[in-house]
Amino acid sequence: MAKKFEGLPREMIAMRASKEIKDGDYVNLGIGIPTLVSNWIEGKDVILQSEIGMTKTGPLAFNDDIDQDLINASCQPVTELPGIAYFDIFDSFSMIRGGYMDVIIMGALQVNGRGDYAGWANPAARGLDIGNIGGSMDLCAGATKLFLTMTHTAPDGAPKIVNEISFPLTVKGKVNMVFTDLAVIEITSEGPVLKEVYPGLTPEDIQSVTEPKLIIAPDLKEIEL
Amino acid sequence: MDKTYPSIEEAIVDVPDGAVIAIPGFFAAGVPRILLQALIKKGVKELTLACGCGPLLGATEELTQLVKNRQLKKVIDSYGLFRSATKGLQDPFEQAVRAGEIELEVYPMGTLAEKYRAAGAGIPAFYTPTGVGSIVEKNTVTNIVENRKPKETKVFDGEKYVLEYALKTDYAFIHAYMGDKEGNLVYRKTSRNFNHVMATAGKITIAEVENLMEPGEIDPDCVHTSGIYVQRVLKVPRIGFAITID
Repeated sequence: MAKKFEGLPREMIAMRASKEIKDGDYVNLGIGIPTLVSNWIEGKDVILQSEIGMTKTGPLAFNDDIDQDLINASCQPVTELPGIAYFDIFDSFSMIRGGYMDVIIMGALQVNGRGDYAGWANPAARGLDIGNIGGSMDLCAGATKLFLTMTHTAPDGAPKIVNEISFPLTVKGKVNMVFTDLAVIEITSEGPVLKEVYPGLTPEDIQSVTEPKLIIAPDLKEIEL
Repeated sequence: MDKTYPSIEEAIVDVPDGAVIAIPGFFAAGVPRILLQALIKKGVKELTLACGCGPLLGATEELTQLVKNRQLKKVIDSYGLFRSATKGLQDPFEQAVRAGEIELEVYPMGTLAEKYRAAGAGIPAFYTPTGVGSIVEKNTVTNIVENRKPKETKVFDGEKYVLEYALKTDYAFIHAYMGDKEGNLVYRKTSRNFNHVMATAGKITIAEVENLMEPGEIDPDCVHTSGIYVQRVLKVPRIGFAITID
């Protein structure tokens, strides 16, 4: 089954998620689409924490600005913003686990309507039932708000918003919002609420590529960029 | 108290087969590459490399050499596999893990940081919320099925926590930007990462330093790791490396 609908490119998923970040927030961004969110926070009074051990991570570094002792948690050379601070790894994870991050944004392989998600291991692709946990479980454990950015369906068209998660779990019941190429969904105690849809698509279209029954928000609108 | 060693061979002369060695570094940053290269040359086998976040993916040439020489028994890490599954399928390390020839034991990164910190601080074990609800709560996460030991949990104030144990290592290999002859160390930018906690976790901590200083030359207010944790100091050149992982 091929992809059923065209939606936002990755950069725009990141842009939509960035709108939920408010002045004064301390934010940690996971690998993949979440990293792109950093391109959309210019002008906001936001501090990015990187679990490698710094606050006020700057934009990516190129050419002569590359310093081999200065990388982000995705192993990309970065620059310094005024006020940057470096710290030890246990200090970094004290901040993360201790609940000092306002917003955590992660990528995901699957999420369900109860806020459980899986993202650290893909046994079928690797031929291994272990994978890279990295900092994901610590970030989730301490998250005040946990957002996921991801494609709505897998490359083979299979839904990634599912009734029952088949990949190894990262965390249970912690996801607040899901931003995909097709929709914005809020996870509530009543279930997943469809808040925004890609222009031209209907709630029925989104439901056709989403396993759990979606609650349609009374103020449902097109994805706002 | 002069802790400097004249050569890298002498600094690691007593590392035996079967040693458990802490290897800091966060992907490419802060990896003790020169000590790793000396370990390859020495040829000791059955090694356990206790890592934090993929230093061996940041030092791929060294990793591949260690695998080809059959020096590794086990790697402990939070991010031990290549990001790309396609690259991983062709990688000698992952092939050995898949075949069960090398054990890969996986923990959440913050749990690993705390395991080293606890070891250095005289704390045998600790409870953490990280991993609750996942397989990490149930048993040791490893490719070797018979080593999957059940974990204990406990409820505090209505929330569940997992019991994790301190991880003391026989040796810790450290990479510092600057160190004095008595072992006081200073790291540079994000290459600090796991270096300090691992320096405290090693029974014998060996620091390769890019700049060797006399006692008194480092601003005492800026020391990151006290020399009390460091037994051996070695001056090494600053070497360039590629900042990529696949």
